[in-house]
Amino acid sequence: MKRLRLFTLTVLAVAAVAAACGGNPPPATPQPNADSIAMERARQDSIAREMARQDSIRRAMEEVERARRQREADSLASLARITEEVRAMLAQMINFDFDRSNIRTGDAAILDGKVGILRANPGLRVRISGHCDERGSDEYNLALGNRRAASAKQYLVNQGIAADRIEIASYGEERPMAMGATEEAWAQNRRAEFEVVAGGDMLVRP
Amino acid sequence: MSGRLRGGVAVAVLVASGAAAAAQDTMAVDRGVRIGIVYRPGVRPGFVALRAPVELDSVRTMIARDLDFTDRFEMITLPGGDSVRATGAATPARRGSAPAPAGLNYPLYRALGADFALGLRRAGDTIVAVVHDVAAGAVRRAIAAPIPPLGHPDFRPSVHRLSDQVLQATLGVPGIAATRVLFVRDGRVYLIDQDGADGRLVSASDRQAMSPAWSADGRQFAYMEFWDGRGQLFLHDMASGRRRPLAVTGRSLDFTPAFSPDGRTMAFSRATDEGTDIYTLNVRDDCCLQRLTVGRFSDNLSPAYSPDGRRLAFVSTRSGLPQIYVMGADGTDQELFAPFDYGVTGSSNAPDWSPDGRTVAFHRDVGGTLQVFVVDVRTRTVRQLTSVGRNEDATWAPDSRHLAFVSDRAGYRQLWIIDIETGRIRPLLQQSGARLPAWSPRLPESAIFNPRPGDR
Repeated sequence: MKRLRLFTLTVLAVAAVAAACGGNPPPATPQPNADSIAMERARQDSIAREMARQDSIRRAMEEVERARRQREADSLASLARITEEVRAMLAQMINFDFDRSNIRTGDAAILDGKVGILRANPGLRVRISGHCDERGSDEYNLALGNRRAASAKQYLVNQGIAADRIEIASYGEERPMAMGATEEAWAQNRRAEFEVVAGGDMLVRP
Repeated sequence: MSGRLRGGVAVAVLVASGAAAAAQDTMAVDRGVRIGIVYRPGVRPGFVALRAPVELDSVRTMIARDLDFTDRFEMITLPGGDSVRATGAATPARRGSAPAPAGLNYPLYRALGADFALGLRRAGDTIVAVVHDVAAGAVRRAIAAPIPPLGHPDFRPSVHRLSDQVLQATLGVPGIAATRVLFVRDGRVYLIDQDGADGRLVSASDRQAMSPAWSADGRQFAYMEFWDGRGQLFLHDMASGRRRPLAVTGRSLDFTPAFSPDGRTMAFSRATDEGTDIYTLNVRDDCCLQRLTVGRFSDNLSPAYSPDGRRLAFVSTRSGLPQIYVMGADGTDQELFAPFDYGVTGSSNAPDWSPDGRTVAFHRDVGGTLQVFVVDVRTRTVRQLTSVGRNEDATWAPDSRHLAFVSDRAGYRQLWIIDIETGRIRPLLQQSGARLPAWSPRLPESAIFNPRPGDR
């Protein structure tokens, strides 16, 4: 609408200038004729077309941008998903026999998985904490939990992981996973836990 | 009288037959090896706490209980009312001692089996405890003690100190009434009087605490706190309630602190990638770490100083399961302390050296549960003290005959006290979850009064 009015004003102004400059008999007041109406319509049509074209370009560009963002989001989500997955693998605990700190054969595979993760993510640093059931002596269990964590660390180091990427800690029997004085609870509590200390924001699969 | 005689004979026979006077868990049913004499009332001197003015009732009750808890007396309750009269003629006072003061009835006390009687009266700001020698029919000693009014924070400590003076006046031995026990519950350090009263929180940190250990002067204690998977050792000053971290600890898992008797050195366990080993540090300057053990493939932990400060009992897994070893305070001459049968004897842990230097208490796995044992330092003979339920983490009283320990004998884990002479056992607490007790030394007056709660 604005453009139309501007256009009309322009037309009038041009006519006025033309009128002022003419020294000849004043031309007859321009009368709308079929030609000028057609020209005017054509002009307006072309403007509308131009506007539509620009609109569609803008829409297309917006569409492209949206798609790009979507793709980015999708890939971020998948990266986050992978990171989550790797973290879950990393967090998988291993368990121990009563008053023992040796790695059980079944748990070696779990530790091998962690070796792969540590190799694929060189910036990753972890802490292994050893835990015990409540049957042993309270203070001795700190040493036993430490030995369990150290034993898991030694396994990873033997597979070529740098020792300074792995911290160890022990909580003895102070942080049980399962409550109760049953064999099942005790077995669950004799464990080593693995947590990320640094470099775990974006992890890749082994 | 004949009962007491029989008791005396029984002890004499046991001693004569070579069986060392030993205690037995009195809640135990007799089975298997006999591990000591059975608790026999009547062997010990009789003690009667005489009726006192009503306002001294709580003092009298506390002292009577303290004396009972020494396990050195047969506490005698006077029959109520005035209807009871001693039969027979009053025995004349012996060897010219003063006649019995008014209201006293030595013949009655003698008839009831009392050797000592205690009277209490108030004299101005002080309370006078009069110790009577019943056999002699005379006053043995009068002790005047300033006791603040009931409810005053110094009331209970003052009465406990009076109890110890009464024990000194009767049997000539120092008591343990004015002592306290530190323990851990829900990751916090608490303090309680040896009679189970006045329990209070002393460590106010939100971090989980373990292993409180007294300094020999009773003015401070050390303990460990978990800091993000590491173990930080702290010193807590009893008078000010302030604590300071020991800066040379805490970078790894440092635990089980133990003060040397002179207070200058602290031994503790440090767990690293290489395992757990025993170190010492200089307490005053917070420096000068020294490593006493090199375990490599075994763990060494839980150091406990001998009272002369020259040796350390400790736990080592060098032979497989943890067992009790001993070494010089500088780490030399490491050797087995409490003998065990390889492959048969269960894990042994948590040694604590008695203040008289003669005995080391520890606990040992017996058939899947823990029991309190003692090893005689000179003969290296091992003796089992408990047999009911799970019993662990024993800590010596300053009299070297009582031990506080953790037991689940009542269905849940709490603190109990055993007298190893008589085998008598009493609960210290009625709360579940208490563990890792540490019995104080005899506390200096300035240390026992007004301990403040810890600050953060």
